[in-house]
Amino acid sequence: MEIYLDNSATTRSYESVAEIVRKVMVEDYGNPSSMHMKGVEAERYVRYAKEVIARNLKVNEKEIFFTSGGTESDNLALIGTAMANRRAGRHIITTCIEHPAVLQTMHYLETQGAQVTYLPVDRTGVICLDDLRCAIRRDTILVSIMHTNNEIGSLQPIAEAGAMIKSINPCIAFHVDAVQGYGKWRIYPKKMNIDLLSVSGHKIHGPKGIGFLYINEKTRVNPIVFGGGQQKGIRSGTENVPGIAGLGKAVEEIYANLEEERSVMYALKERFIEGVRLIPDIRINGPAGEKGAPHVISVSFRGIRSEVLLHALEEKGISVSAGSACASNKAPKPSDTLRAIGLEKDLLDSTLRFSLSVFTTEEEIDDTLQTLYDIVPALRKYTRH
Amino acid sequence: MFTSFLIKYAEIGVKGKNRYLFEDALVRQIRYALKKCDGTFAVSKTQGRIYVDALSEFDFDETVEQLRKVFGISGICPVVAVEDQGFTQLGKDVVSYIAATYPDHKQTFKIAARRARKNYPLDSMEINAELGGVILDAFPEMRVDVHSPDILLHIEIREKIFIYSVIIPGPGGMPVGTNGKGMLLLSGGIDSPVAGYMIAKRGVKIDAVYFHAPPYTSERAKQKVVDLAKLVSCYAGPVYLHVIHFTDIQMYIYEKCPHDELTIIMRRYMMKIAEKIAVDTGCLGLITGESIGQVASQTMHSLAVTNEVCELPVYRPLIGMDKQEIVEISEKIGTYETSILPYEDCCTIFVAKHPVTKPNLGIIKKHEKNLAQEIDTLVQTALETKELIVVEG
Repeated sequence: MEIYLDNSATTRSYESVAEIVRKVMVEDYGNPSSMHMKGVEAERYVRYAKEVIARNLKVNEKEIFFTSGGTESDNLALIGTAMANRRAGRHIITTCIEHPAVLQTMHYLETQGAQVTYLPVDRTGVICLDDLRCAIRRDTILVSIMHTNNEIGSLQPIAEAGAMIKSINPCIAFHVDAVQGYGKWRIYPKKMNIDLLSVSGHKIHGPKGIGFLYINEKTRVNPIVFGGGQQKGIRSGTENVPGIAGLGKAVEEIYANLEEERSVMYALKERFIEGVRLIPDIRINGPAGEKGAPHVISVSFRGIRSEVLLHALEEKGISVSAGSACASNKAPKPSDTLRAIGLEKDLLDSTLRFSLSVFTTEEEIDDTLQTLYDIVPALRKYTRH
Repeated sequence: MFTSFLIKYAEIGVKGKNRYLFEDALVRQIRYALKKCDGTFAVSKTQGRIYVDALSEFDFDETVEQLRKVFGISGICPVVAVEDQGFTQLGKDVVSYIAATYPDHKQTFKIAARRARKNYPLDSMEINAELGGVILDAFPEMRVDVHSPDILLHIEIREKIFIYSVIIPGPGGMPVGTNGKGMLLLSGGIDSPVAGYMIAKRGVKIDAVYFHAPPYTSERAKQKVVDLAKLVSCYAGPVYLHVIHFTDIQMYIYEKCPHDELTIIMRRYMMKIAEKIAVDTGCLGLITGESIGQVASQTMHSLAVTNEVCELPVYRPLIGMDKQEIVEISEKIGTYETSILPYEDCCTIFVAKHPVTKPNLGIIKKHEKNLAQEIDTLVQTALETKELIVVEG
């Protein structure tokens, strides 16, 4: 039995993505900057992927910049904007439940003289728009809010936030980390007043090592990588053509039946939550039902260390995550998000994340529940005193 | 410039009739270590010396780095070998050696010539005097000091003529394989790899046993132990790592015995199991990283209680060391960074808040009687299902 419920960490690629990546690597392997035919062919893949993404976001192709993934997109958006606007001001607003790619970049910017306000969240992990309104200052240059939280699946009021920011000061750049939200929702930056949007390929069944940043053509961003001047000098370096082609394909596939697949995922999530509630002494974190993401379920099991439960599930072929996988190979430290939603101290280290994808089946959900029914009582018998 | 190394060895030199055994082992270990380097080498033992000759292009730094991990070597001398083309040419060679090795050439020096090929026209005293003159002419700022020279320049007249003056310190100790084999209880911590290193340094071949407790310890914790074994094997040669699945035994003890005695009873079973594997694989002793008083299970009382289950001698090379001293060695041998990766090992997962620090053997034995029903079967199963990983650095 192999059940993969760690889709917020990464996803299995679509077959069609793997095929096109392979084709580009062994057949159409040219450098898009080369002047000969091989180069032109390679450039076609880049153009095509850009078209697909631009159409999907209803933006201009010129506003799409490929990066190595979510982390680089966030870094480019935040550092690039802060640098380009450093004369206009140095105040930045974000939330306290952002991904480390945003939070750590903010900490770096603080060392460079930026002042950062971290908005709190309520018990379901959502910010309050009034807090945002109060936080905006005359010298605010940038607001960065994540679309979907990676640990508890809470959704932020992005469109409302965008409208509010622009009504107060249209010069403030609005960045959205949509790494977990893209591919689950239709996101239209122009309508939502988003100036910068970070997306990663491998969270939407595309390849790892590729992502993009949407940059509104009116938003000024300085590059953070220097070199041959590719992608209008915003992101130098030979384009990752296989990755870009694969990312384009993944966007096409995941948006083909988006609404339908999302309701299936919601149904699976509900089924899982109903089932897991039969286990005594558990807590579901994050917003309920459709107020949360369709694919992220955070459950605290009182009295069991998450690492132990994780490995016990692993023995049965079920892959899940404790907190967020991006930080799991470092010293275990309680998650910022879980602390921010006010989770009791003894549950912080007892929380698992189950995350679904379009490949998840009802049978897999039922098998996982059955396994939890078997092992949770057994593990609760042996605890540290 | 350098094409050969003269290997100086430490304690082997004082051995009597067994000396050749130690020398042969050292040659073997050197050959093994050099397999990891680019280039081909000839390792030869002549007239009580070991030479490493490069037969092809080689990477000097990498080669020295490998040789510095071979126990038994006290010093590595990079040697320049020149053809015997008369004394005038030798003088020129020596001058260019000094120019290249000591760019500021202001030091004091002494020549130590050795005429192994007795048909050489000058004897060693004459070589010393003549070459000294040549050097003084070439480098007027250098001076002779026969008592404590900055540079002791060795000239050896053999088929070829060897020139050397630099001694790079080796790790000392004895060649691995000259002193039997021991079974190391390897955890993911800082101490046990250091203990393995120290015993290997005395010429002992190392096998290891690791107690794995899934799901309480993860696959990555096991990988960390394999990585540590690999680092130890850079010095000790290939390590046979036995992985014991320990969860059932641990759970059974947890169920049947008082919680504050869990660790001590668990360690007694670890020693028992390690000893069984040791006997089966021809090891002559157990090796642990214990140090008196470091944790509850390493007080004198606890050590006495754990020790009681073994008939084989248990070697504890770190027994009198402070943590900081152990950390220093682990940093030196390169295991520290891996050791501090944050994966739990099976000794820490169920540890009581206040484990016994002065266990009483009688009471422990009485409580172990609670295990009588199933423990032998569990131990037997653990031994039968053990996994063997051969680790080479």
